[in-house]
Amino acid sequence: MKKLIFGLLLAVVPAAGMSSSAGVHLDHVKIDLNDQASLQRGAKYFFNYCMGCHSLQYVRYHKIAEGLGLSDDQVRDNLMFRGGKMGDKATISMDPKAAAEWFGTAPPDLSLIVRAKKNGADWLYSYLRSFYLDPSRPLGVNNIVFPDVGMPHVLAPLQGWQEAEFKEETDEQGNTRKEFVGFNLVAPGSLTPAEYDTAVRDLVAFLAYAAEPVQLERQRLGIYVLLFLAVFFVIAYALKKEYWKDVH
Amino acid sequence: MSMLNSFVGWVDERFPLTKVWNEHLAQYYAPKNFNFWYYFGSLAILMLVNQIVTGIWLTMNYKPDAETAFASVEYIMRDVDWGWLLRYLHSTGASFFFIVVYLHMFRGLLYGSFQKPRELLWILGMFIYLALMAEAFMGYLLPWGQMSYWGAQVIISLFGAVPVVGEDIALWIRGDYVISDATLNRFFAFHVIALPLVLVMLVFVHIVALHEVGSNNPDGVEIKKGPKGNRWADDKPADGIPFHPYYSVKDIVGVVVFLAVFSLVVFFLPEFGGWFLEPDNFIPADPLKTPEHIVPLWYFTPFYAILRAVPDKFLGVVAMFAAIAVLFVLPWLDRSGVKSIRYKGLIFKVALAIFVVSFVMLGFFGTQPATPTFTMFARIFTVLYFLFFLLMPIYSKMDKTKPVPERVSK
Repeated sequence: MKKLIFGLLLAVVPAAGMSSSAGVHLDHVKIDLNDQASLQRGAKYFFNYCMGCHSLQYVRYHKIAEGLGLSDDQVRDNLMFRGGKMGDKATISMDPKAAAEWFGTAPPDLSLIVRAKKNGADWLYSYLRSFYLDPSRPLGVNNIVFPDVGMPHVLAPLQGWQEAEFKEETDEQGNTRKEFVGFNLVAPGSLTPAEYDTAVRDLVAFLAYAAEPVQLERQRLGIYVLLFLAVFFVIAYALKKEYWKDVH
Repeated sequence: MSMLNSFVGWVDERFPLTKVWNEHLAQYYAPKNFNFWYYFGSLAILMLVNQIVTGIWLTMNYKPDAETAFASVEYIMRDVDWGWLLRYLHSTGASFFFIVVYLHMFRGLLYGSFQKPRELLWILGMFIYLALMAEAFMGYLLPWGQMSYWGAQVIISLFGAVPVVGEDIALWIRGDYVISDATLNRFFAFHVIALPLVLVMLVFVHIVALHEVGSNNPDGVEIKKGPKGNRWADDKPADGIPFHPYYSVKDIVGVVVFLAVFSLVVFFLPEFGGWFLEPDNFIPADPLKTPEHIVPLWYFTPFYAILRAVPDKFLGVVAMFAAIAVLFVLPWLDRSGVKSIRYKGLIFKVALAIFVVSFVMLGFFGTQPATPTFTMFARIFTVLYFLFFLLMPIYSKMDKTKPVPERVSK
C-alpha cells in the first residue's frame, strides 16, 4: 500500500517541477564569492557605473571591506567618493522624487536585487547584457529581459551598442508575434564581448555578496553543524539500541 | 543523592512533581510498536519551541512599523550578531512546522487515530492547526515585503465576499481601507502574544487529552483493553512500555535526523528555491505596485487552489473554509470498525491515495497562475478532496476489513 502511495506521489512530483513562467530565456552565470578579485572588480563597476542612481542602503562599507578582502583605507580611497565612516551604509544623494520624474520611476535600491528575482544572479547577468537600440523608446534603448525598462544603457561605454534581431512568427490563430533571435553589435565598446560578459559576471557576483554578506560564513558553519549532528546521531542511536534491547 | 531526594520530597508536599513526572513520562505506558510516523508529534513540539525561542530574540530587534519593518529585518540579517541565524531558524521553522504537522495529521488518517475514543484529541489537534494557520498568516505580514503585503491584501479581501457585512468585516480586520501600519501593528500583537498563548495552551490540552485516552498505534489495537501486566507494573498494559526512557531516547534519534534535514535548509538553502522565502518578499511593500503573481506560501496553497477552483467568489470562500471544517467531523464520517490502514480494505487504501494526490496537486496548482487547464485540474482535485470525506460514511462501511489481532504486532 505504502508503495502505491509513494508511487503515485513520485508520478506527480515531476509535474510539480514544471516551470509555468513563459518568460524570457536567462543565461546562466557561475559566480564565486570566494574569488575576491572578482568581487573587487564587481565593486569597481558598481561604484563607477551604477551608484550614480542606485544605492546599497542596507550594506555598510565595512562589510564590503570584509567580503572583498580590502583594507579600510583601500575602501576609503577607492569606493567612498563622499567621505564618511566605515560603518556608514552605501546610500546615495539622488532625490528619489526627482529621479522618478527623470526616469518615470525611481531607480531601486540594489541591496537585495539578486534575491528579489527568481534565479536573481542569472536574471541580472542576462538583463545587463540585453540592452538594444530601440528608437521608439524615450532613451533610445530597450531590453529583452525587462521590456520597456526606464533605465538607460549605462554600461554602453563598455559593451558598445547592439541591435536586436526579431523574426515575425504567425501562430495557429493567425496572430503575428515578434520572436527574439539574437543581438548584433553595431558599435563596439571598450571591452570585447567576452570581456564584457566577465565584467558583468563580476558585477553580479558583487551584488550577490551585497544581497547576503553572511552566506559564506553560513555555509561554513553549516558543515560543522552537520558534522556535530552526525556524531550526535551515532551516540543517540547507540543509546536507543541499548535501552531497547529488552523490548519485544 | 539524599539531598536531592529530600528536596524532591519537600517539593512533592507542595506540588505534585513526582506525580506529574510519573503520570506523563516515567509511568505513561505507550504502545511498544510505534513506527516512523510517530516521530512527528514530538517534532511538532520541537518546532513550537524553536519558533517561540527564535521569535523572542527576533522581537528584540524587529520594528512593527510600516516605515521601518522591512529595514529592521535587513538589520537583523546583516548587523545583529547571529541575527541571520535566528531569522532563518524562524522562517525555515515555520515551513518545517507545517511539514511536521501535515505528516502528524496524515499519521492520524493512516492509523485511525481520530476514531473513538480519540475524537476530542483529534478536534483539539484541528484547533491547533487552525491557530497555527492564523499564526503563520499574521507572521508573514511582518517582514513587510511585497508578498507579505499583497498576500495579506488578497486573503483579507476574501472576507469582503461575505454578503452584506463582508466589507465591514474586512475593514474591521485591517483597521484601515488597505493593509497599512494599523494592520501591521495588530498582526504583530496577535503573532507574538495572542496566538502563541493560544497555541501553547491548546498543545497542553492536546497532550492532557492524549495521556487520558492513551496513544494509538500502527495496529490500531487498544492496549488498555488487552492483557495486563508488564515488567514494570502488574496492572498496566502488557504491550505498553514507559514513555521515559524508551520513547524519550528514541525521539532523540528522530530529533537528530530531523535537525540534520532542517539544518541543510537553514544553512544551505534558506530560501528553498522561493518556497520558504519568496523572491518578491525581498522587495519592500509597495501599495501602488501589485506583483505579477500573488501566491500564499506553500502550506496554504491547497486551500487557495480550492478557493480559486470555485467560479463564484463567495462560494469559493465557503469551499475553502469547508475544506478545513470537514476535517473536524472526520471522527463521525469514518464508519469502518477498524482503525489502522493495516486492517482496512482496498477501498479505503485507494481513497486515501487519491486524497493524498489531490491534496498535493491542489498545493501545486495553488502556486500556479490560474490558466484554464490548471483551473480544470484544480476543480477535479477539489471534487476528489471533498468526495474523500463526503463519501466516507458509505465506502468505509462497504470496505472489507481484515480481522484485527488481539495484541500489537512486532
